[in-house]
Amino acid sequence: MTLNKSLLVPLIVFLLLVVFLALGFQLKDPHFLPSELINKPFPEFALKDLHQPETTRSKQDLVGEVALVNVWATWCPNCIVEHPELMRISKEENIRLYGVNYNDDSVKAIAWLKRRNDPYQFSIVDDEGKLAIDLGVYGAPETFVVDRDGIIRYRHVGAVTNPVWKEQILPVVAHLRGDNDS
Amino acid sequence: MTVRQMTVSAMTVRKQITQALVIVLMSAFVLPGTYAAIDAYPFPDEALAKRYDGLIAELRCPQCLNTNLAGSDAMIAQDLRREVHSMLLAGKTDDEILNFMHERYGDFILYDPRMSMNTIVLWLGPLVFFLIAAFVMFRLMSRRRVAEKITDEEQHRLTELLGGKESP
Repeated sequence: MTLNKSLLVPLIVFLLLVVFLALGFQLKDPHFLPSELINKPFPEFALKDLHQPETTRSKQDLVGEVALVNVWATWCPNCIVEHPELMRISKEENIRLYGVNYNDDSVKAIAWLKRRNDPYQFSIVDDEGKLAIDLGVYGAPETFVVDRDGIIRYRHVGAVTNPVWKEQILPVVAHLRGDNDS
Repeated sequence: MTVRQMTVSAMTVRKQITQALVIVLMSAFVLPGTYAAIDAYPFPDEALAKRYDGLIAELRCPQCLNTNLAGSDAMIAQDLRREVHSMLLAGKTDDEILNFMHERYGDFILYDPRMSMNTIVLWLGPLVFFLIAAFVMFRLMSRRRVAEKITDEEQHRLTELLGGKESP
């Protein structure tokens, strides 16, 4: 018996649909933007220090060691969520943590850090969001891993919780340190 | 305060409330226009303002799923609008501005996607579908042409069924 080829058409259409849907559902979070800045140099900037407004900070203050750069703000609820973990990292993990205070009011930001403790070596005042735009930030908090040469190696969007630290950030940091030592 | 004075002031207050209500109600019909953006940037000339409108309509708000910069009040959209404005004033071309955004936010930010490995399906998909459709149509039409040819006997029967005379 010969098979009528036109009977195959619905099957083929169905299979195509399956392929497209399978691909579509793999995009887990449609809000997630893949970072364009991985393996690119941290952008240059010249912005004030939050606690010492007379001091201007630049990229040179960040490079030299593997470091974390955390974009935060007082208006950002997830920054409160991740704050205890950032405190723990700053105390226990032997890694420098720098803050970018994004689109914020400096007075509020200083009070926020005073109330909750300050995990940062220093925070940069990015009150116009210029550095954030250069970093491709689209919300806070975001955390970047920067290597010794000032190249961005990893980016985490959202709160840094302990599992995020252990499973995503720490391996990158360890890898960068290992690579540079050998 | 006399009774008369009180009524007058009460009436004034009521009038003011009514006026305020009217304004609120009217603005409810006016505000939800095409632009949610409330910041109006000054431009030295009309052409620049037009390019600005075009750019913020074409750039997608990174924090929103399907809204352009023009239609979003998200903080990042406000910042990017300010950036577009200052870049236009600095004499940057549209391409330079789009490149600037693309370098930082990737394909996501462009509503008019560029051709790359990731977007090739978007560009070539319609062409592929068109070719499939053209092929199917061609097949169906050639099949119909075959079906049109009927034998003399069938023609005879057809005329009989239609109850008419043999056509000349």
